[in-house]
Amino acid sequence: MTSGIVSYGAYVPRYRITPKEIGAVWGTDGEAMGRALNIRSKSVPAPDEDVITISVEAARACMAKVDIDPTQIGAIYVGSESHPYAVKPSATVVAEAIAAAPILTAADYEFACKAGTAAIQTTMGLTLSKIMRYGMAIGSDTSQGAPGDALEYSASAGGAAFLIGTDRVIATIDHTVSYTTDTPDFWRREGQRYPSHGGRFTGEPAYFKHILNCAQLLFKRAGTKPEDYHYAVFHQPNGKFPTRAGKQLGFKDAQLDTGLLVREIGNTYSGAILVGLAAILDEARPGDRIFAVGYGSGAGSDGFDITVTDEITRIRREATPTVKEQVKQAVFLDYATYAKYRGKILLGEAAA
Amino acid sequence: MRDVAVIGVGETEFGELWDRSFRDLGIEAGLKAIQDAKITTSDIDAVYVGNMSAGKFIDQEHVSALVADYAGLADLHLPTVRVEGGGACGGIALLQGRMAIASGMYDLVVVGGAEKMTDVGDVHAAEILSSTADQEWESVFGATFAGLYAMMARRHMHDYGTTRAQMAAVAVKNHKNGALNPVAQFRREVTLETVLQSPIVADPLGLFDCAPLSDGAAAVVLCAAEKARKFTDTPILVRGSGQASDFLALHDRRDLTTMDATVEAGRRAMKEAKCDPKDVQVAEVHDNFTITEILAIEDLRFFDKGKGGLATQEGLTSLNSKISVNTSGGLKARGQPVGATGVAQAVEIVKQLRGEAGKRQVVGATRGLTHTLGGTGATAVVHIFERGD
Repeated sequence: MTSGIVSYGAYVPRYRITPKEIGAVWGTDGEAMGRALNIRSKSVPAPDEDVITISVEAARACMAKVDIDPTQIGAIYVGSESHPYAVKPSATVVAEAIAAAPILTAADYEFACKAGTAAIQTTMGLTLSKIMRYGMAIGSDTSQGAPGDALEYSASAGGAAFLIGTDRVIATIDHTVSYTTDTPDFWRREGQRYPSHGGRFTGEPAYFKHILNCAQLLFKRAGTKPEDYHYAVFHQPNGKFPTRAGKQLGFKDAQLDTGLLVREIGNTYSGAILVGLAAILDEARPGDRIFAVGYGSGAGSDGFDITVTDEITRIRREATPTVKEQVKQAVFLDYATYAKYRGKILLGEAAA
Repeated sequence: MRDVAVIGVGETEFGELWDRSFRDLGIEAGLKAIQDAKITTSDIDAVYVGNMSAGKFIDQEHVSALVADYAGLADLHLPTVRVEGGGACGGIALLQGRMAIASGMYDLVVVGGAEKMTDVGDVHAAEILSSTADQEWESVFGATFAGLYAMMARRHMHDYGTTRAQMAAVAVKNHKNGALNPVAQFRREVTLETVLQSPIVADPLGLFDCAPLSDGAAAVVLCAAEKARKFTDTPILVRGSGQASDFLALHDRRDLTTMDATVEAGRRAMKEAKCDPKDVQVAEVHDNFTITEILAIEDLRFFDKGKGGLATQEGLTSLNSKISVNTSGGLKARGQPVGATGVAQAVEIVKQLRGEAGKRQVVGATRGLTHTLGGTGATAVVHIFERGD
């Protein structure tokens, strides 16, 4: 018996800002920065959007595609590094919003950008062991980048929800492996508004080491090679890293393109690989194989060897906008509006 | 004064060596030099270590004892000395080691240089580098190292018509040499366009006009020349050494486009070595910025003042031309682990004079020069090496 994806849903806010617009404010060549990062624009959450609303949107889109009683969901885990509350779960709001409460467990996960894939692994275990029939794993973020910092050009918002189970599976997860070390490349302490990062240290010894090692482990475990897959998707902090990692592993552009959304929507952190995977499932056909390796700073990678089943033709993929449609539906902001939407402007106290 | 010879050299790879510590690097370079010299640890009389700022980069002071300890020398209870002098510390350590042997006090010393710069963030590292400028009169007002060198570059452009393309030619040449050096941080060539189009760091200096932050270490074994034959058939003699200082702050200097410390150190070294600039075939000069190499080759009198940029553009400092400058790739392409720099330069010159520089070998090199700077030129050290056979 294998567990796998029963349904999925993604949500990307419609607002965008370009690197050029950001760079103009900070006296840097934003276009050059955009080219260097291979990012043309990034998504921006509206003032009334946060990780909870994005998670709810994604979870509702996930449930809209299938006829499954939400009370059969035994667990909801929301992975994010921008939960609105330090203490008070996001996952409970999602549970109520999709009418899965109260007979279920729920919790928030944090592992930088791979908390969502960690949630998938947890729900795989819970459903494979028959502790519950379905579990929902969500990765979503409204990520933070300090104004003027390199991160500001990429840190964006979005998320995806995956219903995991062992029956009515639209894509089996045939193998999953993880590769984890203590590597402090990116962090944010309690109370800090913006994360700190190790600059170039976030590359070779962090992202590439973990992604590549995890990918090689996954090839070995699955007994596969790059040409066995129709699609490959990786964590995408910028447009360069996943392309380089993919090419290094032997994947071609055609395999990488569909899931590589960072170029248009930026780095959605915990949402990044999951929104990419959702974009692939939007167009995948029975028999297609998908190679997915996420990455979270701190640091670790989760890898998944996925095979799409006939069941994918029986769900209502058209019930919700595809990822591609959401990416296209863009409203561009100037920096001032972006700053207002992201709460970067200090407001006065409301009159009593 | 006794003659002193280099009988062994060793260096690590240079670069962002994330998984290796300061002590790892120091040990590797030291042991390679000891093996190259075919000595045993009991032959060593003293250890000198050039290090700019381990206290700030890795919170570790007292690195002289540390290096000896981790090189397995602790139970020999050797005298160990750490030398600080900004970017010139490796060159000064070499001078101190040479003097100790020349005086007759020691027969054999190991001189090392090491820096571990990537354990701190880029901005912090730049601040640490800037601490070799005048903190009260320069850094506190926001002058960065790149900013100060940019002022020198701007003045050189104004006074002598030096162009950005001429400065960029330094980077192109040094990357070309670095591509031939298996331990260089940047083992790849760059085009003139790449250098010219790189983001501006401090106008007129772009990113590719600046040397990188690096980890790395280098070491040489010095021996009294009269005993050198016991260990090697190709001793390389340290024929002349000159050290000089200048006003710490750039604004106090006589001339923004001449480093008087370099002029004086070069003059002293050449006087002792009884040679002229034309007698030197290969030189490793301080090129933390491209303008710095242009100033150096002028101040060392390889070229007339104001002509260094043009000479570089015309290829007169390229490999196997009039004078081969920075065959290792220099600080620009080999890398800039500050404390290691002066010693790594000596390693390169020794390899060149031994004929062991591989694809970047300067044909028929018999005399080589090293030049290191501290701060924006408040300290300069020049050494001249010759084959001893």
